[in-house]
Amino acid sequence: MKTLLELALVLAAAAALLSVYRLIKGPEAFSRAVALDVLTLITMPMMAGLALWVRRSIYLDVALVYAVLSFLGVMALARYADRGV
Amino acid sequence: MNVDILTLMNLVDLLICLVVLVSAIGVAVHRNLLAAVVFAGVASLAVSYLFLRLAAPDVAMTEAAIGAGLSTVIFLIAVRKTRETEDGS
Amino acid sequence: MAVNVVIGSVLVALGAAFLFLGALGIVRMPDLYNRMQAGTKATTLGNLLTLVGLGLIEPAWMLKLLLIALFVLMTNPISSHALARGAYRAGVPLTEGSVRDEYREALEEHGEEVPS
Repeated sequence: MKTLLELALVLAAAAALLSVYRLIKGPEAFSRAVALDVLTLITMPMMAGLALWVRRSIYLDVALVYAVLSFLGVMALARYADRGV
Repeated sequence: MNVDILTLMNLVDLLICLVVLVSAIGVAVHRNLLAAVVFAGVASLAVSYLFLRLAAPDVAMTEAAIGAGLSTVIFLIAVRKTRETEDGS
Repeated sequence: MAVNVVIGSVLVALGAAFLFLGALGIVRMPDLYNRMQAGTKATTLGNLLTLVGLGLIEPAWMLKLLLIALFVLMTNPISSHALARGAYRAGVPLTEGSVRDEYREALEEHGEEVPS
């Protein structure tokens, strides 16, 4: 079970690297913002998986805080595009 | 003492370190300030995962709060009040 | 091995596969709107599957993980929709092979200005 968790984390890290490719390549700033959104969604399960790997439930709070604040950041980016912050 | 370096978790750490490196270089070289703000957000996200991996959840939580939420919003307000691209050298 | 651990492991593996496929979609798709479609939908599903699978493996954490999953399920469609709308208003073009632009038709019908 632990090996499967590690393999899932490796797969998620590879997915993070793929979306970093789009982050570099992205022709306009909004493609980069989409890559930021996807990276947030990838990193949250990685944090939760790390919490199970070390068996400390305090790590889940970091994922929750990150979910709330990255929503704030992406909404700020979208509002910036629409009509200013 | 036998320290095992080539584990799967260290592979994950290595990939995330690559993410930090690439996004930090992106912050430095990009002329479009909106793209640089997004790069800074990604860098703080990956650094937050690395802090968590180093068994410091409080530091990781602070990094997530400051890096993802506060500094992105403040940078966006600052960019809105000035110009979006940095011209010249 | 208990049955909830087996089901949870399968869900975690499936979720990680969906995360990878979403990231692959964000690399391969031609324009921003297709990227958003492929990226955020598949990644949201992978995120939810992984969180629920971890909760099945460790049942004492199920409540907190379900809280995170519910939050992601609520907020992620909102943020991707706002991002798509902002990008359209900022004039990000559709890809070459697009056949229909219903937002532009709706804007013209209501007599509002259409971004270039």
